[in-house]
Amino acid sequence: MQVTMTVNGKTVSRDVEPRTLLVHFIRDHVGLTGTNVGCDTSSCGACTVHVNGEAVKSCTMLAVQADGQEITTIEGLASAEGELHPMQKAFQENHGLQCGFCTPGMVMAATSFLKENPHPTEAEVRLGLEGNLCRCTGYHNIVKSVLAAAAATGE
Amino acid sequence: MFPSAFDYVRAGSVAEAISILDGSEDAKLIAGGHSLLPLMKLRLAAPSTLVDIGRLSELSFIEDRGDHVAIGALTRHRDLEISAVLKQSVPILAHVAGEVGDPAVRHRGTIGGSIAHGDGASDLPAAVLALDATMVVRSASGERTVPASSFFKGFLETDLGQGEVLTEIRVPKVSGGWAYQKFNRRAQDWAIVGVAVVRNGSTRISLVNMGSTPLRASASENAINQGASIEEAARLASEGIDPPSDLNASADYRRHLASVLVRRALQEASA
Repeated sequence: MQVTMTVNGKTVSRDVEPRTLLVHFIRDHVGLTGTNVGCDTSSCGACTVHVNGEAVKSCTMLAVQADGQEITTIEGLASAEGELHPMQKAFQENHGLQCGFCTPGMVMAATSFLKENPHPTEAEVRLGLEGNLCRCTGYHNIVKSVLAAAAATGE
Repeated sequence: MFPSAFDYVRAGSVAEAISILDGSEDAKLIAGGHSLLPLMKLRLAAPSTLVDIGRLSELSFIEDRGDHVAIGALTRHRDLEISAVLKQSVPILAHVAGEVGDPAVRHRGTIGGSIAHGDGASDLPAAVLALDATMVVRSASGERTVPASSFFKGFLETDLGQGEVLTEIRVPKVSGGWAYQKFNRRAQDWAIVGVAVVRNGSTRISLVNMGSTPLRASASENAINQGASIEEAARLASEGIDPPSDLNASADYRRHLASVLVRRALQEASA
């Protein structure tokens, strides 16, 4: 089945089986491997991308369901000139990662969350990231990063 | 993990979806896919055809209709969670929708999908049971309505027939107190046990994950409605109910939780 969508601002069109998951479409068909497959059961959030600007777990969406939609992955957050997104900067400055496997999903979930709640409390950040697991249990600096990004962008 | 192969059709209207369902033995509707796709990835479900109704925007609405609020089946959990109409008239439903899964799940999952899936461990089926909501079901022969009390039939089994589509949920406005108590170990998990209480004249109490369908705590309801104390009513929470044992909890532990959570929910709804 022919599927056409916008990924990080570029139109991509591929012929895929209807059972192709969005995360496999992104990784194997488009070749963007920043989006990780973690649990593959919509629990861990490593595969989080934006669909029309909202965080979605791409292991639990079919590519055909994303036909015609706008997808943003971790590769699409920085500017074309390579300047990091404020959330990426905040993760870098606050050491919001340990092994880094959950990081793309964390960053995508966090940017979606701040759109819905630009001035969150720490407790709200923790709840907002409840669908993303860090197996290094590095949550403390992740939360700090999100709060820093909120402060940096909310001025 | 990925599902078994299937044919995919995007329906342009409810009528088209119904006609595809009617012409197939095992076609399934998909909207947000957050109940069905996990089952298909585990190969516990393998429909030959998926009918995508996710883009039928006419089924996504929240409307104040005087004595009740009508909710389109494709309304997402996120939209319920932030709805001003629901916060005003059926606040428990906005609250419960915000307890489903996690934010990314709530961006995709729909109220109709959750109710049609009919999981006794899910939040929204128990909420609509406590609310005494009515399901609107469309088929080739027209429309019928089913009260929540007779909609959930068994394990992942509802009153919906093969050629039927759940289109709308009608929820009475809530004038009295309400509460939703959800007990789980990790934020995004299903409830090990959950309790919804709605006081609309009389008190209705429903239980999450105490059986294969959402259940009413009838003995507790009768007691509280006949003037018993909250503590007395809460002790009867699992009377006549045979809860499951699984990795998360034994049946005995579930009975204990049900009593504790019914007590807390009644206290919260009476405050």
